[in-house]
Amino acid sequence: MAHVSLRKIVKRFDDTEAVRGIDLEIADKEFVVLVGPSGCGKSTTLRMIAGLEEITSGDIAVDGEVVNDVPPKDRDMAMVFQNYALYPHMTVYENMSFGLRLKRYPKTEIARRVQEAARILDITELLQRKPRQLSGGQRQRVAMGRAIVRNPKVFLFDEPLSNLDAKLRVQMRTEIKRVHQKVRTTTVYVTHDQVEAMTLADRVVVMNRGLIEQIGAPNDLYHDPATRFVAGFIGSPAMNFLQCSVEEADGELRVRLSEDIALPVPAARHARYKAHLGRSGLTFGLRPEHLTEAKPNGDRQPAYIDAMLEVTEPLGMETLVFFRIRGIDVCGRVSPEAGAREGARMRLAARMDNMHLIDDATGRVL
Amino acid sequence: MTVASLHHSLAPPRRRKYGSMSAERRWALHWSYFFLVVFAIFFLTPPVYMLITSFKSSAEISAATNPWWVSHPTLGNYRELLTSAQFLTFFRNSAMVSLIVVAITMLISIPAAFALSRMRFWGSATLATGVFLTYLIPETLLFIPLFKMFALLNEYAGIELINHWWVLLLLYPTLTVPFCTWIMIGYFASIPKELDEAALMDGANYRQVLTRVFIPVALPGLIAATIFAFTVSWAQFLYPLAFTTSADQLVLPVGIITSLIKGDVFNWGQIMTGALLGAAPPLVIYAFLMDYYIAGLTAGATKG
Amino acid sequence: MAEAVLQTSVRAARAPRHSVLRKVMQRKSTIAFMMTLPLILLIAILVLYPALYSIHLATLNKSMERFVGFGNFLFLFKRETFWMVVRQSCLFAITAVIFKALIGFIVAHFVHNIPAKGQRKWRGMLLVPWVIPPAMSCLAWLWLFDPSYSALNWLFDRLGIEPIPWLGDAGWARFSVILVNIWIGAPFFMIMYLAALKSVPEQLYEAAAIDGANWWQRMWYVTIPMMRNIMAITALFSLIVTFANFDIVRILTAGGPIDRTHVFATWAFWIGIQGSDIPLGASISLFMVPILTIAAIFILRDIHRRAGETAA
Repeated sequence: MAHVSLRKIVKRFDDTEAVRGIDLEIADKEFVVLVGPSGCGKSTTLRMIAGLEEITSGDIAVDGEVVNDVPPKDRDMAMVFQNYALYPHMTVYENMSFGLRLKRYPKTEIARRVQEAARILDITELLQRKPRQLSGGQRQRVAMGRAIVRNPKVFLFDEPLSNLDAKLRVQMRTEIKRVHQKVRTTTVYVTHDQVEAMTLADRVVVMNRGLIEQIGAPNDLYHDPATRFVAGFIGSPAMNFLQCSVEEADGELRVRLSEDIALPVPAARHARYKAHLGRSGLTFGLRPEHLTEAKPNGDRQPAYIDAMLEVTEPLGMETLVFFRIRGIDVCGRVSPEAGAREGARMRLAARMDNMHLIDDATGRVL
Repeated sequence: MTVASLHHSLAPPRRRKYGSMSAERRWALHWSYFFLVVFAIFFLTPPVYMLITSFKSSAEISAATNPWWVSHPTLGNYRELLTSAQFLTFFRNSAMVSLIVVAITMLISIPAAFALSRMRFWGSATLATGVFLTYLIPETLLFIPLFKMFALLNEYAGIELINHWWVLLLLYPTLTVPFCTWIMIGYFASIPKELDEAALMDGANYRQVLTRVFIPVALPGLIAATIFAFTVSWAQFLYPLAFTTSADQLVLPVGIITSLIKGDVFNWGQIMTGALLGAAPPLVIYAFLMDYYIAGLTAGATKG
Repeated sequence: MAEAVLQTSVRAARAPRHSVLRKVMQRKSTIAFMMTLPLILLIAILVLYPALYSIHLATLNKSMERFVGFGNFLFLFKRETFWMVVRQSCLFAITAVIFKALIGFIVAHFVHNIPAKGQRKWRGMLLVPWVIPPAMSCLAWLWLFDPSYSALNWLFDRLGIEPIPWLGDAGWARFSVILVNIWIGAPFFMIMYLAALKSVPEQLYEAAAIDGANWWQRMWYVTIPMMRNIMAITALFSLIVTFANFDIVRILTAGGPIDRTHVFATWAFWIGIQGSDIPLGASISLFMVPILTIAAIFILRDIHRRAGETAA
């Protein structure tokens, strides 16, 4: 059990900076997910925590002790790799016990721990098999088992689910969460899949181009993204972004999206947006789920867009509708009963309480 | 309906076409077998003739009867050679040299290949290329300067290397180490990087990564390299011919040629028996480990 | 990097002095260097140094007391035997490699043609000449070529063909040496080509067959382009080995009759070791370098290109 601190971590490969100064405090027993597009430096960060990658500058501390020069074998961390990295010449039992055998644990202790981990992961009957006789999901479990038996200070996961098919991925996601609830080891988990990040994490760290964009609980990131990048990265389908300006009419603020679309800003936000009146370089952001069909008996705070639907994608529980505002694709989510049809007009209501206003120059949410 | 009728109309000519192809195939197969037999005769005649001659007495050989037939088969040649102290010395020298060279080769090339394939350091890429180039340098280019070097070493430092069988322990690794390192680099490079990282995370140091993960995983490559090192050491002819002369220091290939050929007297029955016994260890290894042998053979050019 | 070094040294300053050394010893690059050190020493002392030393030797006189510069080379250029050895070496190497490649290619196809389950057996049988130590198989050939008891001549006699002076006549001796060379080397080509044939995806042949290509066209447009790389590199490897070959000529003819079959390696041995003229022997063997270098450059180029392809 340990807490991990990253202080001004920089990693340079030849002439490119993969990680450009990261500060992060990971509390004991916490499940932290590093998420971001490929090449954002999340894997490099994880590998620096593991000790597999040297740190160009900055400090990594475990329980307050700087471990920059401690080789991976002495850091007492366990890692689960994307391709599982099971030793092909060892049985599952040997794979899981390898770390303990290297540390010369007594045989009975090794057996006890392996059995315990195998029971948690439900792989007891696989212990005598070789990795090549296992399915992808089983290999994944063994890789996790290898980490669990070590009872390390920190678990590190490097995109552990990306080699699994979609169905198994959901199943293993739950499994990882269940295991963490049981063993309560500090965990750093890297993924490019924002759904994985949201479902697993106590806190999500969104990274982009070697920097941290935002750190927060999953719901905070969803509701209060700090930057346009986070707003666009978290949530699926992605948030709609439209060029806009803020204007004042009849004592209330409105967001103008086009000549004939201007949506009223909720009164609670007037003070926040007043300073940006008439400014250019602003973007309006609204998630598809906050753009739904207008209620026939009127909405509480009407902000309507009359859309000419170009494409509809029925998903069963909902239907995605696509239309354009000034040439930009906009997506909304409507009830399947709302009668959305391609080529037809539809009145959509924007839930302006959930809107975001973004400064184009800084990329920050205002 | 339309599809079915279409199939129907197409079927007959198609079947005829297949028929002609299979006839063509069968014809090609017959010719293949014919030529394979011809080539097999060409390739196997010398060893078979060795075997035939080894069962003949000197009397039968000099009688000049049908050379391809043994009228009075005898194991005399084998008995004589296998009880000859001299021949057994050759055999022992060969075995010692080959086995020790295999050990030296593995001790040098496995760690080097591990370092060159995994741990990038200054000059490592150049060194890998250098290893390969060394493999291309033939022994016929080096034996004269080496001979002179060793002679000088004796003159100035009093270290007598020439005319001792163990001088070959210094010379043979120059032939075996570069190639073995080269193919081991190839085998190690094909092991996914995550595997050593997983071992490092599991608490292994570099030595343990090598011995507990890399060596077991790359075992087929290791066997291929071992076979190569052994057969090259066993077969080497130029170095022992140049560096050893005393009868008790000779290895098999040179021993057979210098001791069994006495002046103009060729005891062919014994020479062939000796040659066959000399060829036996590589042949036995080949018979049992053919796939590894061939993997090692093709690895040099196809890997890297 | 500089910062990291600084930090290391600052932290080390607090610890006892010897831990600096230990830290350096624990560095990845240090460990790696230590692991390659035996290899580096071996290559430096027993390959690189002798190679350079041989250049030095080549500039000395026979008793190795006087520097003669290019004297040895000039002496060689004036000798008829030297030019004969040059011609013979090239003739042997080129002819032998061409026939090895040809036979290897043909045999590989025949093996590839037959049903897969029989291939192992045939392949195993056909590789035997390569497995037997050359010195041993050359003895068998020497016995087959024996002037009075030649088993080959005995067969020819039954067929009414005049006995052949296999090793006695200059022309036949050259032929015999090349024949044995081919016998030993062709199986290696066969194995390499067979591996290359197996690596050609079956779909390419199916696609070519659908496009209406006949056997020759499939060979010309599919097989050969796909195998070209391995064919070239095998031939270059073999060229080096054949050119520098010692065992075959040494055992079969020892260079005779009257130097008509000497190649660089055997002549260098004859002059340098048996004739005790080490500088002249070194000069002779150095003449192998140009051809070896050219072959090595082509091989390296191919390997680098393939490394580039796999990286991309």
